[in-house]
Amino acid sequence: MRYLPHTETERGEMLAAIGVAHIDELFAGVPTGSMPRELFGPSTHKGEAEVERIMSAMAAKNTTAGSVPFFLGGGAYRHHIPAAVDHLIQRSEFLTSYTPYQPEISQGTLQMLFEFQTQVALLTGMDAANASMYDGASACAEAVMMANRVTRRKKAILSGGLHPQYREATVTQSHYTEFEVHAAPQNPLEAEDLAALIDDQTSCVVVQNPDFFGRIKDLKKIAGACHALGALLIVAVAEVVSLGALASPGEMGADIVIGEGQSLGNPLGFGGPYLGLFAARSKFVRQMPGRLCGETVDQDGARGFVLTLSTREQHIRREKATSNICTNSGLCALAFSIHLTLLGEVGLTRLARLNHANAVKLADRVDGIGGAEVINDTFFNEFTLRLPQPAEQVANELTARGVLGGIPVSRLYPGEAALENLLLVTATELTMEDDIEALAGALNRVLA
Amino acid sequence: MTEITTHSGHRGLDMAEPLIFEQGASGRSGVDWPEVELRNSRIGAAARKRSIGLPGLSEPEAVRHYVRLSQKNYAIDLGLYPLGSCTMKHNPRLNEKVARLPGFADIHPLQPMSTVQGALEMIDTLASWLKGLTGFDSIAMSPAAGAHGELCGLMTIRAALEAMGNARERVLVPDSAHGTNPATAALCGYRIDAVPSNERGRIDKAALLEKLGPDVAAIMLTNPNTCGLFEEDIVEIAEAVHAAGAYFYCDGANFNALVGKVRPGDLGIDAMHLNLHKTFSTPHGGGGPGAGPVVMTAELGRFAPLPHVIKSDDGYTIVEHNAGEGDRATNHLGRMRSFHGQAGVFVRALTYILSHGSDGLRKISEDAVLNANYIAARLKDDLSVPYPGPYMHEVLFDDTFLNGTDVTTLDFAKAMIDEGYHPATIYFPLVVHGALLTEPTESESKQSLDQFIETLKALAADAKSGKAEMFKNAPVLTPVRRLDETRAARQPVLRWRPAALPEAAE
Repeated sequence: MRYLPHTETERGEMLAAIGVAHIDELFAGVPTGSMPRELFGPSTHKGEAEVERIMSAMAAKNTTAGSVPFFLGGGAYRHHIPAAVDHLIQRSEFLTSYTPYQPEISQGTLQMLFEFQTQVALLTGMDAANASMYDGASACAEAVMMANRVTRRKKAILSGGLHPQYREATVTQSHYTEFEVHAAPQNPLEAEDLAALIDDQTSCVVVQNPDFFGRIKDLKKIAGACHALGALLIVAVAEVVSLGALASPGEMGADIVIGEGQSLGNPLGFGGPYLGLFAARSKFVRQMPGRLCGETVDQDGARGFVLTLSTREQHIRREKATSNICTNSGLCALAFSIHLTLLGEVGLTRLARLNHANAVKLADRVDGIGGAEVINDTFFNEFTLRLPQPAEQVANELTARGVLGGIPVSRLYPGEAALENLLLVTATELTMEDDIEALAGALNRVLA
Repeated sequence: MTEITTHSGHRGLDMAEPLIFEQGASGRSGVDWPEVELRNSRIGAAARKRSIGLPGLSEPEAVRHYVRLSQKNYAIDLGLYPLGSCTMKHNPRLNEKVARLPGFADIHPLQPMSTVQGALEMIDTLASWLKGLTGFDSIAMSPAAGAHGELCGLMTIRAALEAMGNARERVLVPDSAHGTNPATAALCGYRIDAVPSNERGRIDKAALLEKLGPDVAAIMLTNPNTCGLFEEDIVEIAEAVHAAGAYFYCDGANFNALVGKVRPGDLGIDAMHLNLHKTFSTPHGGGGPGAGPVVMTAELGRFAPLPHVIKSDDGYTIVEHNAGEGDRATNHLGRMRSFHGQAGVFVRALTYILSHGSDGLRKISEDAVLNANYIAARLKDDLSVPYPGPYMHEVLFDDTFLNGTDVTTLDFAKAMIDEGYHPATIYFPLVVHGALLTEPTESESKQSLDQFIETLKALAADAKSGKAEMFKNAPVLTPVRRLDETRAARQPVLRWRPAALPEAAE
């Protein structure tokens, strides 16, 4: 077995040094009797070539995004990843290290986290960010719990434009941690008055920008309404590239910003592992979940970095911790940080514009085809198309014509008649003119 | 030691490296995207007007920056990383290669299911292996890490109890447990009742039985426990827990000691998470991503969170929603995260499992246990062991051997760093004084273990011969020396800010 160094001779020498005759003596007290000797038949270990063949055969059964005209988003976006990103995250010292518990031999990871935290804080317009969460949805649930702690209230209001899976993760958590959730109706064709739902028991309002249907909002008004009644505004950002073109949530009055960082540096990867972003105003930092990296000095006065404020965390506080999180998304945070460092502000701004320009082209091209209608007044790189028939059926017919044309909203909100005909459509910098024509052509035929 | 000061700030191969904010220029970029004219913007009133303040680096600068940073990290690929309870084993490169196949890396989670049958097959195949290896009928694949898996397990247990009409109030957690256990139970609305350990490093069974009662929802037990010992009374404990109407949750962080040797499902456990980044070799990545699927009984499986993959004659389907009210077969608790789980981690874990086969998997646990016992046998007279063996995949030392030396466990750990080793897990578990929890994993050769053992013997001898000053000063051979953690916590600096500019009129 190529991953196991011992020869049988060495195993024998080691057993002798321990003072036992057989390996089973070390398992004394372990009831090994019921373990079948040959689980899954006489399966034996396999060489690299054979394993690669089996896994490649599975991979080959999937239609890759890059092989067809592709228009899916909905919280997972296909962007170009610079070649240097994947090379650098595979450096052994990043890939095969663990949480930086010993700072003297972890300054690489720690400095990277400090840079990442700063980048996220700048992007979101917040004072501070943590070292990452699992993903956008779990970060959303954690943000609501944090707002409950800060305000000592237990009622959260969720906008209907919040990603349905962020909403579901928050509702799930509310049942167990015992707080109230008021989820506003999700129909994008009706106006939403969140301010009217806030009362003196409300801990927070959660809005997404751009929202799940692609619409962009100026959040200053809702921020004011929250603050007037002592509630916090939590802003979710599911497409982080949008921050290259939009005013930051902090600028618009957010108190906590959570997000999905997959768009920078991380592949679609069938939905994971992704990168939860979490940032807040500095006065709330001691209520934040997750790891935080901070600057300090060593005994010779040199600058260095450590994990800090750990008295919030489970390994010190146990049941009184702000969260149970331990492992987060370190390597995904590294990929994000490298990609953003390569882009810089100039590159991010250009990338965001390119996304928007392609989405505008796409929207202008498909609006009106066979009765399809773009319902958005505003959008960044994703918008909602109202079709004259159920979107799932249309998406399947587009797939049959070799186009992955969008996400039927009914995939996430099944059984909602008002949403049945809605299709979410996304363009990024990787969307070419040919792709747009392919979608337009296929839509023309499917809706004819 | 002579203090060497250089003009550049670099010290040979150890390069001083400023922050990106101290070297990047706002007008620079390492990616060439064209400037496009926006004729017809649909951004609206929330368009950005201010600068963000992000620096950019060209590709050569960025590559050099991150390579220099990487060289300030210890890693499994550099040396023995005996961080107890973390299972820092070799991360096979085949796993990385396979995970990067476009058929896995370049697929969207919400593509029509007909276009991702291979991905669903991959998840289902891994799920079958994990259920088979642990002896359970059901599995929840979506949790993102061990602690997330614990949360999944406890939520599922609570949902099952609620369905019977009473969620109950208390969760029993041994005092040797990982901090995530009590934190998780608290997140599920439970009161934590700590169960003491006995003089053999196992849970005090009598105390446990006494604490059981009709208000106990579950026990959370790690097995092998955090002292590296197998809880031999586990079957009896399970019976007593079930007799009290409670569930038995097992923290599977230490499954590397048992894989292929025993199925936890045969021992009366109701649910257990598996850290794929420990037992199944996926990279720890400087703190994630991991994955924490939870195996469980069929009874609990009805309540497990969504989504889950099912296989039928027509192929694979991922069930993302409950069928509707009143359908007992689909009584799943809601979603805990977006999409379907850590698919990229699953690919790596399945690749690892297929590489080993069931015979190879058994060898993993046997060699891991062999290595830990070899270290224990050869070091027990130089260091000190609070509990007698045999040990499982890790051995717990305490600081008795440092009595009267003025050297602490922390000092000893820092001296290990100068010797080229990552320290063991220190001061955990809390049940012994000055713990050094040492887990070599099966990846280490005998030669590597012998060198490690000889080094620790020599360090123990140094400590006992009055060289406390050396330990107090350690480490000295690292890019930075001991850091002021008190200052970091008292005056938190959590981000870079530009040096204060002279007050300017706004």
